[in-house]
Amino acid sequence: MVAPLLVGRREIVVPGDLLAEGDLRPGDNVLREDNRIYALRVGLVDLEGGRVSVVPLKGCYFPRPGDLVIGRIVEAGLTGWEVDILAPYPALLPMSETYAKGQASKADLSAIFFTGDMVIAKVIAFDRTRDPLLTTKGPGLGKAFGNRVVRISPMKVPRLIGRKGSMITMLKRETGCRIIVGQNGVVLISGRDDRAERVAVEAIYRIEREAHTKGLTDGIEDMVRRELGR
Amino acid sequence: MPMSQLSPEDLLRNGMRVDGRRWNELRPIKMEVGVLDKADGSAYIEHGKNKILVAVYGPREAHPKHIALPDRATIKCRYHMAPFSVDERKPPAPSRREIEISKVIREALEPAILSEYYPRTSIDIFIEVLQSDGGSRCAGINGASLALADAGIPMRDLVAACAVGKIAGQLALDLSDVEDKLGEADMPVAYMPTYDSVTLLQMDGSFTHDEFMAGLELAVENCKRIYQMQKEALRRQYLEVGGEGASAGR
Repeated sequence: MVAPLLVGRREIVVPGDLLAEGDLRPGDNVLREDNRIYALRVGLVDLEGGRVSVVPLKGCYFPRPGDLVIGRIVEAGLTGWEVDILAPYPALLPMSETYAKGQASKADLSAIFFTGDMVIAKVIAFDRTRDPLLTTKGPGLGKAFGNRVVRISPMKVPRLIGRKGSMITMLKRETGCRIIVGQNGVVLISGRDDRAERVAVEAIYRIEREAHTKGLTDGIEDMVRRELGR
Repeated sequence: MPMSQLSPEDLLRNGMRVDGRRWNELRPIKMEVGVLDKADGSAYIEHGKNKILVAVYGPREAHPKHIALPDRATIKCRYHMAPFSVDERKPPAPSRREIEISKVIREALEPAILSEYYPRTSIDIFIEVLQSDGGSRCAGINGASLALADAGIPMRDLVAACAVGKIAGQLALDLSDVEDKLGEADMPVAYMPTYDSVTLLQMDGSFTHDEFMAGLELAVENCKRIYQMQKEALRRQYLEVGGEGASAGR
């Protein structure tokens, strides 16, 4: 028999809380010591397939290979760019990972991405010993478009996307805006008119604030419809 | 009677201390989490007349780069007393005492922080004592563990701290400034209840062996009480943030 959780599912736990004893396997943000599983961060308890984890409520963005991120060019070097992706590590975007052609020189690099430009990129490699490596080769990647940039907590990104993208799909449909969500919490919004964009921004902030409430997708849908007078 | 005219015998009269506590009583404690917008994590703690603000930044890029460690995060801690925190203006530059306390607080918190999760980064803790009345290093540790948890930094456990001392020949919990100055001993203890581990143990003055053992036990017992307050303060903060739906599930 699988040992039960000692705390309720989706209950708020704090570091040091004992979550389970016995057979359950440790997932993310928990620590197993002598058959006991403890919480490592403030968050909500989750149990899936015999794995206990804590969904953190706060924290910094930690890059993972495959993540889509939106960053800002900090500096053009000799062979690539340094990009701020709001992680504890500076990211590197080498010349070879862009569609740039020709010889690398500092002047050429600035012509492609200038310091301060926003880029949509994918993390291709990252581990404990190396800084994250980005690529802008691929559909939808490259210099960022958009009229508005919104920054939310990276821990709230999954909620903004929703189960199988339900939330973000709804938001795009209802506001008619193009919205790109970076895993690092940066969101780009570009719409037909100013009003739709403003509503989208407001909705995103509300999702961040109320990330843990029930029936949020429906609430947001109502709000957007009301605001846009539909 | 002004505090300056007190003698050591005045500290304990009919089992009562100068502020009306008994020997085994803590001062009133108030904790608040997430008080600063710009810091990644923060806490405000009042422990008797101590008023302390703690801010935590990180994990973030280590600056200057040479302080970065290849296998774990560098933990930096600054304990600082505001010039107006004491009776006589204190020069704002870090004193020898503050540098030492910064070091021992850092070492008291280090065992709790899973710094190996974020190699080559730095986690910065700023403890600002706004008003001081003895036992501010313990209150600083209590506030700092809350601020670290609030910053979302992975921690094995919260660290709780309190002091025991000796006044008028009697063991006493949580000494105030005047008791510390006129008393015979003061022993701050920091403790991680889940792992039953002491992370800070200092002592000023002298205890007999029996007093030391009894004092340590008393300190640990009260660290556990403070620990419960810390957990409550954290939960309270996030229940407010999450609203009533926080525990109701999706």
